[in-house]
Amino acid sequence: MPAVSQEDFQPIQELVHEFIRDRVVPREQEIADADAIPEELRRQAAEMGLFGYAIPQEWGGLGLDLTQDVELAMELGYTTLALRSMFGTNNGIAGQVLVGFGTDEQKSEWLERIASGAVVASFALTEPGAGSNPAGLRTTAVLDGGDWVIDGQKRFITNAPIADLFIVFARTRPADESGTGIAVFLVPADTPGVEVAAKDRKMGQEGAWTADVTFTGVRIPAASLIGGDEEAGYRAAMTSLARGRVHIAALAVGTAQRALDESVAYAASATQGGTPIGDFQLVQAMLADQQTGVLAGRALVRETARNYVSGADRRIGPSSAKLYCTEMVGNVADLAVQVHGGTGYMRDVPVERIYRDVRLLRLYEGTSEIQRLIIGGGLVRRARR
Amino acid sequence: MNIVVLVKQVPDTYSERKLSDADSTLDRDSADAVLDEINEKAVEQALQIKEAGEGEVTVVCVGPDRATDAIRKALSMGADKAVHVCDDALHGSDVLATAKVIAAAIGKGDAPDLVLAGNEATDGGGGAIPAILSELLGLPQLTHAREVSIEGQTVKATRETDEGLTYLEANLPAIVSVAEKINEPRYPSFKGIMAAKKKPVDTFTVADLGVDAGEVGLGNAWSAVTEAAPKPPRAAGQKAEDEGDGGTKIAEYLVTQKLI
Ligand SMILES: Cc1cc2nc3c(=O)[nH]c(=O)nc-3n(C[C@H](O)[C@H](O)[C@H](O)COP(=O)(O)OP(=O)(O)OC[C@H]3O[C@@H](n4cnc5c(N)ncnc54)[C@H](O)[C@@H]3O)c2cc1C
Ligand SMILES: Cc1cc2nc3c(=O)[nH]c(=O)nc-3n(C[C@H](O)[C@H](O)[C@H](O)COP(=O)(O)OP(=O)(O)OC[C@H]3O[C@@H](n4cnc5c(N)ncnc54)[C@H](O)[C@@H]3O)c2cc1C
Repeated sequence: MPAVSQEDFQPIQELVHEFIRDRVVPREQEIADADAIPEELRRQAAEMGLFGYAIPQEWGGLGLDLTQDVELAMELGYTTLALRSMFGTNNGIAGQVLVGFGTDEQKSEWLERIASGAVVASFALTEPGAGSNPAGLRTTAVLDGGDWVIDGQKRFITNAPIADLFIVFARTRPADESGTGIAVFLVPADTPGVEVAAKDRKMGQEGAWTADVTFTGVRIPAASLIGGDEEAGYRAAMTSLARGRVHIAALAVGTAQRALDESVAYAASATQGGTPIGDFQLVQAMLADQQTGVLAGRALVRETARNYVSGADRRIGPSSAKLYCTEMVGNVADLAVQVHGGTGYMRDVPVERIYRDVRLLRLYEGTSEIQRLIIGGGLVRRARR
Repeated sequence: MNIVVLVKQVPDTYSERKLSDADSTLDRDSADAVLDEINEKAVEQALQIKEAGEGEVTVVCVGPDRATDAIRKALSMGADKAVHVCDDALHGSDVLATAKVIAAAIGKGDAPDLVLAGNEATDGGGGAIPAILSELLGLPQLTHAREVSIEGQTVKATRETDEGLTYLEANLPAIVSVAEKINEPRYPSFKGIMAAKKKPVDTFTVADLGVDAGEVGLGNAWSAVTEAAPKPPRAAGQKAEDEGDGGTKIAEYLVTQKLI
């Protein structure tokens, strides 16, 4: 039984639908120009509960399961992805590490504030030279007089410039036969030695910020080790990322739907020599390919989420959904620009923004190549067993 | 503090609104129905007053079955309970009848300390319900408030007019109608939506309220709406090229319009 019944979920989804279409879509240009989410939208999102929809109710969230999470993600994908990014780390990669692996004390100290949006949590895994292969990370955590001392450098960390809490992956020892040696820690952003660099200049997703984060002799109490387990880090990262992949796939479907809607509206009204371009069969073919991708992606996301929740498949399905849907949206966005002709290449046209925004989806939370390795490797391993 | 908020479900101003061909009452099927935004603001005001002290917020709504959606919205924003007067006999009621029914519905509960309403509904737009209620309930009324505060047994309101601000006060219990600028209503929260389902909604018919069916409905209305037509689209302006005689052309135009 989901914590939120389908009957309760429906008006929640309607509210999010209305919020996205009525409040956020009209402000996309403003968000892009200012490279920031307006404070008013942040407040409304927090009031609604968008910072904690995937955090369990006992810890102050709403406790949506993944089948419901993806429905919201498809709504959120319809507008600038920067909005979702603002609360994405709280519900997703960062929040879920605490939910799945934190001790009760750690959960009660942080989760309620994460769910309300009072605290923004960031997930700090990637390092120079340790992106696709996080097991190669070099940030260290050393026990010193009952405290952990963390040293190292992270990069591309979403929400770092506004984070209150970093979920930091670091090794307590070199990898060996007994395990990866990777642990994960709770590091408040105001701890001395934590330094967030200037925000990165990115290709797209204006309004969502990433930055390098350096840890220099950062001293935190022993109780900051998540789960009290030095071996929990790698598994926590992989588990959190697998769930996140289904969410990202759903976002991609939402954005693909938007790109399709923009394309159809444009094709129906723009003319060449007096003929609406939508009357040209080659343009119709582009719309057809977009529509097919959206429908296939949506069906895949829903089935993958169901199998994730039931426990039937938490590995190959999520990677397949992320691979297919993020590649699909890349293609749909490319076609959307094509349907718009030269207009599609101009700044301030939604499909131009979408074209840049969705490029990220094939890179983070596991590149498309990494998804293929997980899927292919998993299938072969299963056959050998 | 017992606060009653009057809420009305109205056709969404974004959708096409029209009257039914049959009897010139509101065609409720042709448009999405929403909680009137001015009433969201009244609910917001009630919640702010409640949150600043203590109290209970009851929403009262007179409307057809599907007005439950508007009631649910007010409850998910944070109102505590609701009274829904729902009766086919009410179809086509005028403002007088509507006000009588609202007064009777208010009378079903504990005597309110404060009744909040919108100053004018976006559909009927009579802007008279609060005033008629004030007469029926024998309560003072402060209208068009853009700011409301409670100090002890007094309610203070600020009204904005084109000329400036007017400061008003009345003893509680009182009726206050709120204006557009009063606040930015909160978004319902997900948890509020879930909690709303469990909040009590009392539903009454006209007979339950002891109102005579001969006083309500289209057949007993003292006034009739005969027609509603959308404003004709504004005609394209008239362009005058300035060939050194621009001023004269403008003056000539103003003369034809009898403006000078
Ligand atoms: C905007 C943005 C936000 C991000 N947010 C976060 C965040 O919040 N937290 C966080 O920890 N990280 C974050 N990242 C980092 C992101 O997860 C990594 O960039 C991503 O995993 C890829 O790693 P990399 O950049 O080191 O590239 P690399 O791993 O160096 O990849 C380069 C290329 O090599 C390929 N490749 C790598 N290894 C293999 C292999 N074994 N086999 C075949 N091909 C391979 C890749 O697929 C890719 O094509 C973010 C990145 C961006 C751009
Ligand atoms: C186009 C149109 C024109 C109309 N013109 C007239 C007319 O000239 N004379 C007349 O007698 N009737 C008229 N009516 C009928 C009138 O709209 C209804 O009686 C209506 O229920 C109450 O009046 P109002 O909407 O004008 O309310 P207003 O007085 O404009 O509403 C002010 C506030 O009173 C409260 N309130 C109003 N109605 C309700 C309700 N049903 N339930 C709970 N709270 C409520 C709300 O807080 C609202 O914000 C008209 C209806 C239509 C559709």
